[in-house]
Amino acid sequence: MLIPKNYANQMRSRILVKVVESFYKDRFETADEIPIEMRPKDYDSSRCCIYKDRAILKYRMMAAMGFTPQDEINEAKQLRDYGKEALKRQNHAKSCLAVIDIACSACVKSQYMVTDACRGCFARPCVMNCPKQAISIVHGRSHINPDLCVSCGKCMEVCPYHAIVKLPVPCEEACPVGAIKKDEQGVEHINEETCISCGKCLQSCPFGAIVERSQMVDVLNLIHNTDKKVVAMLAPAIVGQFPFEIGQVVGALKKAGFDDVVEVAAGADVTSKNEAAEFVERMKEGKNFMTTSCCPAYFRAAEVHIPELKPFVSNTKTPMYYTAEMLKKEQPDCVSVFIGPCLAKRTEAEYDPNVDYVLTFEEIGAMFVGAGIEIGDCERAGFAKISSAQGRNYPLSGGVAGAVGNLVDGQVEFRPERIDGLTKDNIKLLKRYATKGSENNMIEVMCCEGGCVAGPGCIALAKRAAKQIEGYVAQGQNQKDLK
Amino acid sequence: MDKIQVKICAGTACFVMGAPQIQTLEFSVPEDLVGKIEVTEVRCMNHCSQNKGYNKGPFVEVNGEVIEEATLEKVIAKIRELIAKEEEKNC
Repeated sequence: MLIPKNYANQMRSRILVKVVESFYKDRFETADEIPIEMRPKDYDSSRCCIYKDRAILKYRMMAAMGFTPQDEINEAKQLRDYGKEALKRQNHAKSCLAVIDIACSACVKSQYMVTDACRGCFARPCVMNCPKQAISIVHGRSHINPDLCVSCGKCMEVCPYHAIVKLPVPCEEACPVGAIKKDEQGVEHINEETCISCGKCLQSCPFGAIVERSQMVDVLNLIHNTDKKVVAMLAPAIVGQFPFEIGQVVGALKKAGFDDVVEVAAGADVTSKNEAAEFVERMKEGKNFMTTSCCPAYFRAAEVHIPELKPFVSNTKTPMYYTAEMLKKEQPDCVSVFIGPCLAKRTEAEYDPNVDYVLTFEEIGAMFVGAGIEIGDCERAGFAKISSAQGRNYPLSGGVAGAVGNLVDGQVEFRPERIDGLTKDNIKLLKRYATKGSENNMIEVMCCEGGCVAGPGCIALAKRAAKQIEGYVAQGQNQKDLK
Repeated sequence: MDKIQVKICAGTACFVMGAPQIQTLEFSVPEDLVGKIEVTEVRCMNHCSQNKGYNKGPFVEVNGEVIEEATLEKVIAKIRELIAKEEEKNC
């Protein structure tokens, strides 16, 4: 289960703000005071004691500076030195999700458990229905033999008293591709080869033990310590992320030091056009179906985990790709920074020479706060290119398929289907489509449930943000009418 | 009884520091509070500039009482406290 808003991710925002503050204050000279300031002596600790809290805060701050706990070679190395190192690096560190081993509570291995609610009834459906004969009655109550149990969950389903519960491991349950697993000590580890960088583990860990290398300090450094032209590419999910008009957010980005701001919804219009053309061509060739390709977590999942689906995935590039391509054509010397709700975009950017850095909405939020920028006081600024209503609708589930359908416009039959959220079950479903065929011919896949508005880098509540996007879509013109 | 006024600051700092978490009150109200509260999103209430600092945010006002480092939990507790007081008075 994903927890949309909780202390663990609230703490992440606070830490990002602290790191920005420290950058402005003295370029991290006194950064080591922050964990102590956040957990002073008389404070109620979140974990066993304030000292452990501080140790974990240090790792979380390291992540905000672009280092994972695994980058620690010398334990005595201070945050100040990590900060200085971050300011010296020419290229940002490779993006990756990682576990803070001391913060991971090593949740008990996922299992089914009989609770006190068991009444040792006469019917005993749990005993009868267990396919492995793992359940027996001990002292008048149902007992599961862990050596025989295969975690099928049948006993839980049939118990008339709801006395059997599943103890989950939240990160493992959230990961759609089984890339996070326990070691012998029970501590979780992420397999970099199979991870699709969706960030579901990070969102779901109740102990805030999962972090990700940020590129925020790199961008701050570029803006303030070099004379390079830094251009923000703003993903369409931005609308609704801050409770202000989009024009003011653009103004705030300029105040924060970005030389120019371009709208990725304009790139989305290119994606729609190309994807619609590709769809028409594929259908005329008699292909069974096509899936979208702009969700990078899904794209990678198909590549690594569902190879049989690859021939059905569209070859059209993402809105970020086209936006960056247009930008670099116009301004070849600029540094391009994609700003979005997505962690998988960082991985996508590594294969895209036109995208230099990727930030999340949360990170730019922290940059505003740390720099003392109140968006409400910023002047409104506009985008150079005007995006269509369809391009603006990309971050909502159904938005991409809708945009493609708008341009297919009856040339071939268009039967869309949404896969809203890449779960283990939906991966199975997609595998079935790839081997047995699908009834619908346009499958839109979004890894985050609800679409990009529910991405791990978002600030606002998805429900509220979605409403504001709908408003912005309504102000846009149909792509068919735009020149 | 008048509705309890819950004002959630939606200035940039409060918003980034966690005000959206409290906005869930607009969608899912605990059963005992249904119909008893009115939630509004307000522009910066300047608590951060009045020597408290934005690190004490997000700020929420419940019937004018300021809650610092507000969380959904703290806000709901405050609302319940005020309702209990009100009911006591009416007894």
